[in-house]
Amino acid sequence: MVNALGRVFKTGMRHFWRNGWLSTATISVMALALAMILGVLLVSVLMGALLDNLKSKLDVSVYFRLDTPEEEILKMKNDVLARPEVKRVEYVSSDDALARFKDRYKEDQTILASLDELDGKIFEASLNIGARNPEDFQPIVDFIKDPRFVPLESKVQENRDVIDRLSAVITGIRVVGFGVSIMLSAVAVLICFNTIRMAIYTLRDEVNIMKLVGGTNWFVRGPFLVEGFAYGIVSSLVTMVLFYPLVFALSPSLARFFPGVNLLDYFVSNFVLLWLILLVAGTVIGVFGSMFAIRKYLRV
Amino acid sequence: MILFSNVSKYYNSHPALEGINLKISQGEFVSIVGQSGAGKSTLLKLLIAEEAPTQGRIYLDDKEITSISRTELPYLRRRIGTVFQDFKLLANRTAFENVAFAMEVAGSPRKEIAQDVPQILQLVGLEQKAGQFPRELSGGEQQRVAIARALVHQPDIIIADEPTGNLDPLNTWDVIRLLMKIHELGTTIILATHDREIINTINKRVISFDKGRVVRDEEGGRYIL
Repeated sequence: MVNALGRVFKTGMRHFWRNGWLSTATISVMALALAMILGVLLVSVLMGALLDNLKSKLDVSVYFRLDTPEEEILKMKNDVLARPEVKRVEYVSSDDALARFKDRYKEDQTILASLDELDGKIFEASLNIGARNPEDFQPIVDFIKDPRFVPLESKVQENRDVIDRLSAVITGIRVVGFGVSIMLSAVAVLICFNTIRMAIYTLRDEVNIMKLVGGTNWFVRGPFLVEGFAYGIVSSLVTMVLFYPLVFALSPSLARFFPGVNLLDYFVSNFVLLWLILLVAGTVIGVFGSMFAIRKYLRV
Repeated sequence: MILFSNVSKYYNSHPALEGINLKISQGEFVSIVGQSGAGKSTLLKLLIAEEAPTQGRIYLDDKEITSISRTELPYLRRRIGTVFQDFKLLANRTAFENVAFAMEVAGSPRKEIAQDVPQILQLVGLEQKAGQFPRELSGGEQQRVAIARALVHQPDIIIADEPTGNLDPLNTWDVIRLLMKIHELGTTIILATHDREIINTINKRVISFDKGRVVRDEEGGRYIL
């Protein structure tokens, strides 16, 4: 058994090596197909990052009356923070707000001078609350509009509508993208299957001979499965190696369109995972493709 | 012993063989003759179960070939060595590897393969060309590799389907002499050919086919159609 497995493996590798041109052609087509799958994966990562980025910008700001004591605000901050749907709460005190204002208009002496004319607190303190998900927004707004807080508040400001609309667009793009990626993956799989079918078609006489000299189906099929497996390994490696310079070159321009996304970083830190995905896809297609393709020629 | 009992084969209701009854004993040298389309190749294909008969039964010793299962089929084929007109060598394997393949499929240990293959290649006079690929060998040499392959697991029967069809006269006689030598060692030989000179020279049993039927079966027969 071990002997037979060893022979099957050795023969498969010998086929792979000696049918050099056929192997190269098959691997090239498979690498292109896998590149399609990898491309789809990376685009979906970009879209996901964009959506996360937008979600992190979701917030609601509560402004407090000037006479609200700070401890009341801080108490409310703790109450808000205790809620599960709240991701972050930032307290901007009246002085902080002033400092920010001064910083923003540090070039404009007129404005700064007019500030000096005013006395006491002029900026309202605020809590800036970030939600985990767009759907978490409503409970947060309900909570801060609780009657025990309302007397302290001067106004509540949300950016929900804009974010909602953008999210809807991106979700739409992702749904369509998912459909397109399924279709592209199916095309990639079909291309691989057909390429393997043609590779085995050119070797059909060999299969026939092996059967006629007394090879069992598994003994004849085995080396082709090993070959299919090797196609999967090599084509997944080729795809990853070719993608590296591509991602390297595209990453800076992509960062401009998708702020906060470093595709190169993502690619490098997930290199092994991405390769494993392609490896599994490639080898499964290679082995099953070979198995289906050879079936017909084993009926001798 | 090989027995054909009332065997017929039809391709789309066109008869290739009809009502064949034949008995070939162990150790015989039998020539099957007939024009193209007479049914020679079909008969041999039925024997190695490459095709199934439309009706009738075929036995190899006490085993009925016609009812053999797909799992038993490879073991049947290892008892029969086959030589084809177009050699049917594996293009990507050397002469040595082509011969070794027949032993590998039978699960022979590596040591035995390393020992037997050179001996068989010596028997067919190709020990010097063991490392060459089929494309690097002449037609005659390729056919001798094919014979070595058919011979290497010491089959009871060797079937040769027009083995000299693609060879020049010199190589033809090399192959025939080789088959005669193998026959002398006790192997049953079934030789399909339409080479008149071979049949008339070797003076063995001749079964003549015409339009799918046996028209003559003679010991020491001659090529008459």
